[in-house]
Amino acid sequence: MLESAISAMTEQLACLGNPSSLHSHGRATRKALEDARESLAKEVGCLPSEVIFTASGTEANNIALKGLFWAGRNSGKNIVVISSIEHRAILDPAHWLSTHEGAEVIQIPVNFDGVIDLGFLKDLIASRGDQISVISVMHANNETGVIQPIAEVVAIAGDIPVHTDAVQSFKKTPLSFSLLGVTAMSLSAHKIGGPLGVGALILKRTVEIPSLLHGGGQEREIRSGTLNTPGIVAFTTAATSAHFNAAEVTTLRDRFISAIQKLVPNATVNGLSSARLPGIVNVTFLGTQSDTLLLLMDGQQISCSTGSACSAGVHEASHVLLAMGHNDETAQSSLRFSFGASSTASDCDFVASVLPGVIARARAAHLT
Amino acid sequence: MKLIAAMSGGVDSAVAAARAVDAGHEVIGVHLALSANPQKYRSGARGCCTIEDSHDARRAADVIGIPFYIWDMAEEFHDGVVEDFLAEYAAGRTPNPCLRCNEKIKFAAVLDRARAMGFDGVVTGHYARTQNSDIGKTLHRAVDHSKDQSYVLSVLTIEQIAGAIFPLGDTTKVEIRTEAEVRGLAVAQKPDSHDICFVPSGDNAGWLRDRLGSDVGPIVDQNGNKLGEHKGAYTYTIGQRKGLGLTIPTPDGSPRFVLKIEPVTNTVVVGAREDLAITTMRGERAVWCGPAVHSGAQRGFVQIRAHGSALPCTYFFDNDLLVAILDSPLLGLATGQAMVIYDGDRVVGSATVCETE
Repeated sequence: MLESAISAMTEQLACLGNPSSLHSHGRATRKALEDARESLAKEVGCLPSEVIFTASGTEANNIALKGLFWAGRNSGKNIVVISSIEHRAILDPAHWLSTHEGAEVIQIPVNFDGVIDLGFLKDLIASRGDQISVISVMHANNETGVIQPIAEVVAIAGDIPVHTDAVQSFKKTPLSFSLLGVTAMSLSAHKIGGPLGVGALILKRTVEIPSLLHGGGQEREIRSGTLNTPGIVAFTTAATSAHFNAAEVTTLRDRFISAIQKLVPNATVNGLSSARLPGIVNVTFLGTQSDTLLLLMDGQQISCSTGSACSAGVHEASHVLLAMGHNDETAQSSLRFSFGASSTASDCDFVASVLPGVIARARAAHLT
Repeated sequence: MKLIAAMSGGVDSAVAAARAVDAGHEVIGVHLALSANPQKYRSGARGCCTIEDSHDARRAADVIGIPFYIWDMAEEFHDGVVEDFLAEYAAGRTPNPCLRCNEKIKFAAVLDRARAMGFDGVVTGHYARTQNSDIGKTLHRAVDHSKDQSYVLSVLTIEQIAGAIFPLGDTTKVEIRTEAEVRGLAVAQKPDSHDICFVPSGDNAGWLRDRLGSDVGPIVDQNGNKLGEHKGAYTYTIGQRKGLGLTIPTPDGSPRFVLKIEPVTNTVVVGAREDLAITTMRGERAVWCGPAVHSGAQRGFVQIRAHGSALPCTYFFDNDLLVAILDSPLLGLATGQAMVIYDGDRVVGSATVCETE
């Protein structure tokens, strides 16, 4: 968490008052909250009234996907369109809508570079556009960093509401709600140096959707619950600080990629030819298993991650890499490296220097 | 040494990992996910490898202060242990899956992977001891004979024993629970797991019937006279007396026991108690936990159940079979069980019983 966000949060924690109370303490907290709302709105290119604070990006995704589906279903639109590489915070609510609400969920495939197939979407809209309640495509993928053509999706979608999960992109690449033209967009605080447990749904002013949480209607009658002012203030402090230098991080990333390509034979960077976020590198090391790699890297104090784990903690082949054409074996031999504002060139060089030994060990372990 | 501690989520493996850390080793905790469809929680003492168990293992690792990972061994476990278990029953034998798991998973797949990754060995919470000798480490019974698990470890070769660390062998179970309390491990009073871990219901016969079918077949006496019918020959065990459902009594009213299971004809043969008696057993797939047994007869003990008695015997290796001749007859020995030879407390080796007489 950013120092500035920690101090903003600490200061606000000491302030008494529920922002919904009418007395002076309440009003003071309300002011801090609305100041925060305005600065976030400015940062993401939306109106302050379009910001709905939530307790997570996952909650924002749930409100958007379910709400837009229910709103559309009222006029007979039963199809939910998502991409095949969405985060589970979209995949799972979509699955829930299909099993509990009778929605028909259609996934847009991606190509080998990890970009959604716009032709597929065009054809789908041409044939069944009048049945689609919502289209949700993430702004950038969290595993590969590949940026999706959201403005094009909006253009193709016409009147169909488009939601984008921009949790991974916010502050890492230019992002404007109004320029994208989407109906709804999800954000999360902890991905940008803010606190855990705070998120936001940016929702067009004129859109009305049913609620998930009832009980006070604090946020536009769409989201209820006492607002977490300290967390929100810290979120917007992080959102308005210029801590992430995309150009510098991109340089680091590319230095790291060159080092891997030189030092590790048969390593392939996923989505290499696509536009990507600066801070994510996803590499397949053929002949290894990602959980072995993770353990060995962890032993060198290097934290990297594998696709995902099931509820028992077992590594699973990444659905993102599978959607990009990988098989179980190659998907299971992939690792994601993330770079942030605090990463340095010597960090990169250290990781690159450790990798050949780790890969050799992991390949030997895979053969046993 | 750099060690992998296999942590099931139970009290024994948690204390074993903690003791290895105390002994100055660099320890990493690993929970083996053995089921592809784990249950959320376990009921009572049944089974293991639930999501709750993996959580317990993680918490124990946190308390001990060691890194923790989960290794997916579900495929290896299914192929090496569950399939073998089914195949053995289908062939009319009575297998011990814990032995198979130690042989194929814990001290093979896990130990091999650990060694390839640069670790020196695997720590487990088994109640057994190892001792250094001039031929390397040898395997011995635990001090707590009531908990001794050397029987299910008797499939380990010298190379595998060399990479095995059993920190609990010198302690009783009661003391381990107390130690776990003192160490602040939440699993201190967690019930022991019994039964077969991949049969969470505990209903082995039902589990087998679901997978092997329940073809009705005859129950016959030793002369081939049909006395009744059974629903799946493999759900019976040699020496079994109860649950035969026979309505024709013996002439003298004495009880009948299962003597033989014949999978090809799907027949269960029953007879008198004395017909169960055997004095000689032969086993295939012999493994030596120390020097190889040769053809010259030696005196020792043989054990045929995990917590059974050690029976005095003479043993030797003949024609690829481990042979044990008992001093006094034994009632009821199923093929498929492991015969484990002991020299005092030292495990000499084991084999899978294939013939008895």
